[in-house]
Amino acid sequence: MKSLDEIGAVLQQSGDSGSPAAVAADYLQAGEDTVSHWTIGRGFDPTDETREGFRLLALHRQGAKGEPSFNACRETCRELVYHYNLVTMEPDNPDIARRLEMMRLVAMHLYLFIRGKMEVSGLGEFCCASRPLRTGTEQ
Amino acid sequence: MSSEKKPYQKVAYYPGCALEGTGHAYNRSTKEVGKALGLELDEVNNWNCCGAMEVKNIDPKIQTYLSSRVMSIAANEMGHDVVMAPCNGCYHNLKKAEYDLKNDADSRQVVDRISSKAGHKTYEAGQVETIHALDWIKDGIGEEALRARIKNSLKGLKVANYYGCMYTRPRHIFPEKDQGEGSESTSQPHFMDDLLAAAGAENVDFPLKTACCGGAHTLSDSDTSTLLVLNILRAAEAAGADVIATECPTCHSGLEMHQVRAESKFGYTSNVKITYFTQLLGMALGLSAKKVGMHENISDSMALLKQKGIA
Repeated sequence: MKSLDEIGAVLQQSGDSGSPAAVAADYLQAGEDTVSHWTIGRGFDPTDETREGFRLLALHRQGAKGEPSFNACRETCRELVYHYNLVTMEPDNPDIARRLEMMRLVAMHLYLFIRGKMEVSGLGEFCCASRPLRTGTEQ
Repeated sequence: MSSEKKPYQKVAYYPGCALEGTGHAYNRSTKEVGKALGLELDEVNNWNCCGAMEVKNIDPKIQTYLSSRVMSIAANEMGHDVVMAPCNGCYHNLKKAEYDLKNDADSRQVVDRISSKAGHKTYEAGQVETIHALDWIKDGIGEEALRARIKNSLKGLKVANYYGCMYTRPRHIFPEKDQGEGSESTSQPHFMDDLLAAAGAENVDFPLKTACCGGAHTLSDSDTSTLLVLNILRAAEAAGADVIATECPTCHSGLEMHQVRAESKFGYTSNVKITYFTQLLGMALGLSAKKVGMHENISDSMALLKQKGIA
């Protein structure tokens, strides 16, 4: 598994080298690695299971257990899977370069969100809006 | 619109703190659009902060009380059964208070105790329905009637609709969403898309429409906020958008300020413009740029709107 810095470096590249399927696989892997860092940080072994055919979605589910604020990146994970399907199912589509770029930006958002969430967690709460929902301080 | 939906012709209006400050253009354009559409807004008397976010972190039940007071005044002193909150933070907090008061006896007890001390009636769950400005226009007017009133089509304007994270999360405080045809979706919200399409705009596929804008990081880790916003701007541009339409004053301010900071800190210039959806709707309804507060935005979209024949 790549370090967070290495994942960042992968996602800084424009993805214009390699086949579209290979580049898409790299971005999907970057997403899986990013979420794996989060699950490890919370004391879990990253799952190898899949949901709807994707490990990323299983990892997100694992990462959100007991941490509802992590659902803030649920749609980003699903968008990443959607773009992976879009690229791999139509690798010859004339719009493939833009689709890959969009996939890279979606993966980048997931990376920035989770990296920031991990960095700030030592200083307090990241998503102040959802803190009471997450910590159960309403009980 | 389903038969259960209220017409929203006259609703209590809760602008919230941001709309009196950085989100003033949203306040102005919301009111002007309401006037143009014949939808009446009755501002909640002596309203207070909804408790976002600071109070919620210290004592969430005090936030529940603060939000409940707004709803109590609307219901018990003004006779309204609908409160419209255009700010995602206020909307979220009133919805959360509603959920708490319906489901948590301790919250009811705290709210009752403070309400008695404050000298107003305790808000009871179910007295009002809290709606967003998007619900207000979507269900109060609807796309067909809106389309019929368009004087200045947004045709040719490519829009990325950005909803932010609080409009749809967490799902359980928005029981009316995800109810099939006609209802809003929490995973793929579309009300803003629908309204702007009715006004003639071309909505682009925008995969980050509910992604975090980094608002919570702004003070503690500004660089992460800037990078998150920069990524949203880049995604909007990659999607072909001329404009990002917003429906939350916090997201809007964050996008505008970090667009500027992205240039000064990271050397990235983005050309995509940022406007409130109510500003675009207002101009499509024939209102002037000044009336909808275009001059109050940091992101200057006037040249673009003139080029598209909208301003």
